[in-house]
Amino acid sequence: MNSVAVRLEGLSRRFGAVQALDGLDLDLAPGELVALLGPSGCGKTTALRILAGLEDADSGRIMVGGKDVANVPANRRDMGMVFQAYSLFPHLTALENVEFGLRLRRQAAAARRARAHEMLELVGIGAHATRYPQQLSGGQQQRVALARALAIQPQVLLLDEPLSALDAKVRVQLRDEIRRIQLEVGTTTLFVTHDQEEALALADRVGVMRAGRLEQIGPPEDVYRSPATPFVADFVGLSNRLPGRVGDGIVEVLGARLPLVAGTDVPDGPATALVRPESVDVTADPDGAGRVLAASFLGPMARITVALPGDTLVVAQVASARLADLPPETAVRVDLRPVPVVVSGDRSETADPRTHSGAEL
Amino acid sequence: MAGLVRRRVRRQRILRWVVVTVLGVFFLLPLFAMLEFTTRGAGGTLTAETWRTFFDWRQLGETYPVLWAGMKASFGLVILSVLLTLLLLVPTVVWVRLRLPRLRRTVEFICLLPLTIPAIVLVVGLAPVYAWVVYFVGGSSLTLTFAYTILALPFAYRAIDAGLSAIDVRTLTEAARGLGAGWATVMWRVVLPNMRSAVLSAAFITVALVLGEFTIASLLNRQNLQVAIDQLGKSSATMSIAVSLAALVLAFVLLLLLSFAGRGLRRRQREGSAS
Repeated sequence: MNSVAVRLEGLSRRFGAVQALDGLDLDLAPGELVALLGPSGCGKTTALRILAGLEDADSGRIMVGGKDVANVPANRRDMGMVFQAYSLFPHLTALENVEFGLRLRRQAAAARRARAHEMLELVGIGAHATRYPQQLSGGQQQRVALARALAIQPQVLLLDEPLSALDAKVRVQLRDEIRRIQLEVGTTTLFVTHDQEEALALADRVGVMRAGRLEQIGPPEDVYRSPATPFVADFVGLSNRLPGRVGDGIVEVLGARLPLVAGTDVPDGPATALVRPESVDVTADPDGAGRVLAASFLGPMARITVALPGDTLVVAQVASARLADLPPETAVRVDLRPVPVVVSGDRSETADPRTHSGAEL
Repeated sequence: MAGLVRRRVRRQRILRWVVVTVLGVFFLLPLFAMLEFTTRGAGGTLTAETWRTFFDWRQLGETYPVLWAGMKASFGLVILSVLLTLLLLVPTVVWVRLRLPRLRRTVEFICLLPLTIPAIVLVVGLAPVYAWVVYFVGGSSLTLTFAYTILALPFAYRAIDAGLSAIDVRTLTEAARGLGAGWATVMWRVVLPNMRSAVLSAAFITVALVLGEFTIASLLNRQNLQVAIDQLGKSSATMSIAVSLAALVLAFVLLLLLSFAGRGLRRRQREGSAS
């Protein structure tokens, strides 16, 4: 097992008029799985490709295991990579694909074959070793790609949205599998995704990127519960944007007084508060000011959209058992739980709702 | 209703056979005439004399030294032209696709250019160039390789570009590089095996083209098969026709192989996606 630390220092990269990376700093501890999360075009894939050596940085340093690898070409960087697009060599069987990297390392045929079989077993596809990529499903192909990347015992594992092309069920399954395998082999891993659920479920730490920089990095719970900026609050998870007023270290929203997350630096006065749907409670109340507009059933939970006076919409998350009491047009009362919230003085600070699954309110 | 459909299907089938037959006759009749001419003996008898000579290499070389020289030259030209065309095109097209996608239109334009220039014009331009070629590498007929490579570019480019479009070269290349492959290994182990049928088509088309080329060789005073056939036609008509027929059949067989190579690949891909 070889776990090394990875450090990206002040990485910058410009493509024509686009500043893809703008002084990105990122540290990965040995054996850690860090997910870079962000909307498309935020530079997360560029960062991964620079680490892989497939792209050059304009400036900055790339340290792997304490050595600067900036001048090492991609084929000597010793990194295993899984791509978003299916990348298995079509003319080779699954087994031969996994053997490819070992063959280049001049391993003896028997050892090579044994190692490749072992890897295919690890990713749960040992039975399909002799199949060609065209004969495998998308999920199976990505498993083989993972086996191929791990077979060479890379210093670093790079996963570039490996699950994006798969359908929902396979995606969740393979996601959990990737985590299990990563923990088992203990390879330092950088995982790039635009899917927040994926990042939160998989990573030791999640780094949220925006415009070529890290907006926040921390354990998934921290990023979700205490987003450092309105952008993070908006991009990670669903947020209601509710008008409020900041003063005395709290924000007053819909009549409730909510604490601010630590480090908030917004001047007193009107502001937008970002409130999670699970912090919103809805109760049927004939005297309530709200009116149920619509409900969407999500299995155990449901989301209810409530219209409030003043053209304000609020999305609340409730147990789906309560849906029966809250049909559309029901008059309701809306309560906010007093959990710390992020506020924004400036609306343009937050993420573009079109690029993620956040509520468009 | 069903009867109407059946009648239409039958009519279409008849039409199809008519077309195939007419075209077949159109193509095969001259070939048959050539065969008949080469087997015509004295007093209207049938003789295989010409063909016996043709297949007896030693005697052929002794009896028709010009033809022998032309065959050897064409054979060499075929091999050299195919090699040069592939060596020139495959890495260029791959590189342009990976690293200089903006140049793709330009490269395509340049490669298609020879198609628009008549051979006679090409020769006018080539003559002074060949003065230098003679100066540097001598006046051997094999120097026609350079001209033939240019002639083959449009066809070979099309074939290779199409083959490359069928695979995700960028991802495959990056995956191979990540696994530790240098550029040479990437080309040899990953790119080429996945565009084998495209490379094969490019090669076959080049072969057919080189075997059939007369104008440039003749005008530049070089020797090749077609020039030899032309010269032979003045002394031994039967043998020249026999050689022409053999060359035609060879080219036909090559093109047939080519279409089978393409079909084989398509079938494999279809089977793959079906399972």
